[in-house]
Amino acid sequence: MSKQLSRRSILGKIGAALAGVLAAPAARAAKTAVQKVFVTAGAPKGYDPTQHKWRMAIDTNKCIGCGLCAQACKTENHVPAGPYYRTWVERYVITKPKPGAAEARGEVMVDSPEGGMHGFGDPPVPKEDIQQSFFVPKLCNLCERSPCTQVCPVGATFDSPDGAVLIDPNYCIGCGFCVQACPYGCRFLSPVTKTAEKCTLCYHRITRGLKPACVEVCPTQARIFGDLLHPVPNDPLQQFYDNNRVQALKPHLGTEPRVYYAGIDKEVR
Amino acid sequence: MTNLMTNFVVEVMPRFEGYVYPNEATQHPLWSILIVLYPYITGLVAGAFIMASLVRVFNVRALEPVYRLSMLTAFAFLLCAPLPLLFHLGHPERCYEVMMTPHLTSPMAIFGFIYAWYLMAVLLLELWFDYRRDFVTWSEITPGFRGILYRLFTVGVNDTSDASAELDHKIGHILSIVGIPSAFLLHGYVGFIFGSVKANPWWGNVLMPIIFIMSAMVSGIALCVFNYMVLSWIRRKTVDMKCLDVMSMYLFYALVMDAAIEGLDWIHRIYSAEEGFQVMLHMIREKLFYTLNLGQVTFGTLVPLLLLGTLQVIRHRVPELARRRMYFSSAVLILLGVLAMRWNVVIGGQLFSKTLRGVMSYKMEFAGLEGWLMGAVLMILPFVILTIMVKLFLSEKLPTEGHVPHRESDRPALQAAEI
Repeated sequence: MSKQLSRRSILGKIGAALAGVLAAPAARAAKTAVQKVFVTAGAPKGYDPTQHKWRMAIDTNKCIGCGLCAQACKTENHVPAGPYYRTWVERYVITKPKPGAAEARGEVMVDSPEGGMHGFGDPPVPKEDIQQSFFVPKLCNLCERSPCTQVCPVGATFDSPDGAVLIDPNYCIGCGFCVQACPYGCRFLSPVTKTAEKCTLCYHRITRGLKPACVEVCPTQARIFGDLLHPVPNDPLQQFYDNNRVQALKPHLGTEPRVYYAGIDKEVR
Repeated sequence: MTNLMTNFVVEVMPRFEGYVYPNEATQHPLWSILIVLYPYITGLVAGAFIMASLVRVFNVRALEPVYRLSMLTAFAFLLCAPLPLLFHLGHPERCYEVMMTPHLTSPMAIFGFIYAWYLMAVLLLELWFDYRRDFVTWSEITPGFRGILYRLFTVGVNDTSDASAELDHKIGHILSIVGIPSAFLLHGYVGFIFGSVKANPWWGNVLMPIIFIMSAMVSGIALCVFNYMVLSWIRRKTVDMKCLDVMSMYLFYALVMDAAIEGLDWIHRIYSAEEGFQVMLHMIREKLFYTLNLGQVTFGTLVPLLLLGTLQVIRHRVPELARRRMYFSSAVLILLGVLAMRWNVVIGGQLFSKTLRGVMSYKMEFAGLEGWLMGAVLMILPFVILTIMVKLFLSEKLPTEGHVPHRESDRPALQAAEI
C-alpha cells in the first residue's frame, strides 16, 4: 500500500517538528540544571553519574579503631567541630558473663568518644573480663530505598544514579525531617550552613578518580571502595564480595543498605 | 570556686546515658518546642472546626451560641499554625520551595497545599458566606474606620435579599461538608508526618494519624468550652447551660474515643514488645514520667473522663455553678493534657537514641528561638488574634442576622436533634 500524503499527516509532522524544536531548549535547560546539581555536589563539569556505580564495604575484622578515617573526613569535608560526623568508629566491648550466670554473654558496652576521631582509650572493663571487643566504622549506608530522600519536602536530597545519596545545599530548607528519618544517625543539621549534611562518599574526590578520604587513610584497608561498572584488576571490592558473608545494618527496616559489613555482631545497629 | 563554676556549666550540658550516635549528641533535640506547638495548634484548629460543623452539618441546635466563636477560634489558630514550622527551619527564606517544587513522596511537602486549601477554600470562604449579610448591615450602621472595614469585607456584594441569604446558607453548608474531611486531612496528615518515620519506634506507628485526629477533636472542643466560658465571664453574660452541657457531652465522647485508641496503641506496643521496647519502658518510667503518666494520662485524660463522665450520669443533680466549674476545669485539664501528649510524642521520640542503647536529657531554655518565651508568645498570639476578631465580628453592639446557620427546611430535623 502506497503511503499517501494527506493534509492531516503533513500537519502532524510539522506539529511534531515544531514541538521538537520548542522542547529542545527546555530539555537542554533541564539537563543543564541536573548537571549543575551534580557540580554543586562536588563533581567536575561533564561528569556522567550514569556511568558509575560506587560502592563502599567495611571489613570490621580489619578495623583497629585508630580513627584516622573519622579525622580525615572532618578535615576533608570541613565538617563543623562538635557532635557532627559524616563517619565515625564505634567500639563494642562484650564482657564475659558473671561466674555462675546461665548466660552466653555479659554486658554489651558501646562507645565512640568524639566519633573515635582520636582513637580509643583503655576499655571500660579490665581485659580479662572481656569476651569480645571489636570496632565498627559507620557512615551513610547509601540505602537502595533511602527513607531520608523519601521524606525531603523539596527534593533537596536525592539518590544519584551512581549510588551516592547527595544533598543540594542551595536548596535544602533545613527542616531536619531527613535527620529524623535516617535510622542510622548519619545525618546532621550543620550549625554553619543550617542545612542537612551527610557522607557524600567524598563526591568531589571520587568523581575525579580518587578514593574517599576515609578509604585513602585507612591503614588496614578495613574500608573498601570501588566502582561496580569499572572493576580494576584484582578489584578489592569484588574480592570482598567474593570472600565474605556480609550483613547490612537494621535490615528489618527495609532500607536495603548498599554498604555491606563483614564480621559484625548481632549487637551492631 | 572556678572548679565549682566549671562543674556548674558542665552540668548544664546535655547528659547522655548509654550509647547514642555521635550525631545525636547535640545540645537540644532537633525538633523541640516549636514542633511541639505545631501539631498542638493545628489540632486545635481541626477540633474547633469540627465543633462548628456539629451545628452546620449535624444540626445540633443547642450549640448555636458557640458556632461563630468556634469558627473564629479555628481561623485565629490556623493563621498561627505555620509560624512554628517556619521559625524552626534552617532556611525559612526558602520555605516557598515546599509549594513551588514539592517532593511528592514527602509527607511534609503536602502541608503547604493542605494548609492553603483549608485556609482559603474552607475556613475563609465559609466564614465569609456566614458573615456576608451581616457585613452589609454593619457597614451601613457603623461609622468610621470599622464601617469601612466591614464594607471592604463585603467585597462589593451588597445583596441582602432572602434569596441571597438562602444561597449563602447553601454554599456554607456545602463548604462545611467539604470542611470536615479537610479538617481530618489537615490533622491526620500531621500525625502521618510522625507516624511515617519508621526509623523511630516511638513514632512509626500506623495508629498515629488516628490518634492525632482524635486528640485534635478533644483539644478543639475543650478550647471552645474554654473560650466560650471565658468570653461569657468577660462580658458578664450568663453561660447558656444547655449549650455547655451538649458541648461537654461531645467532649466526653471524643475523649472516650481518644483514650480508647491511645490505650489500644499502648496495649499493642506492650504486647508485641518489639525492638526498642526496653528503651520505651525506660521513657515511661523515667524520662517522661511527669508529662506522660501525670500530665497526659492522669490529669489530661482520667480526671476529665471522671468529671465529665459523672456529669453525663447525674447531670441534673449537680447544681449549675458546680457543673460550670467541673466543665471549665475539665476543659483546662484536657487542653494541658493534649499539650503534654504533643510533648511526649515530639520530644519523647527524640529522648532516646536510634541505637536503642542510650537516652538523652533535655532541659528547655528560657529565651532563644526554641525556648519557653518563644513558646509562650506563639501560644498567646492566636488568642490575641482571636480577641481582635471577637471585637470585630462578635461585637455585642452589632445586630446579627446570619447567626443561625440553618436553612428553614432543616427545622424539623433540628428539633429532633435537640437534647
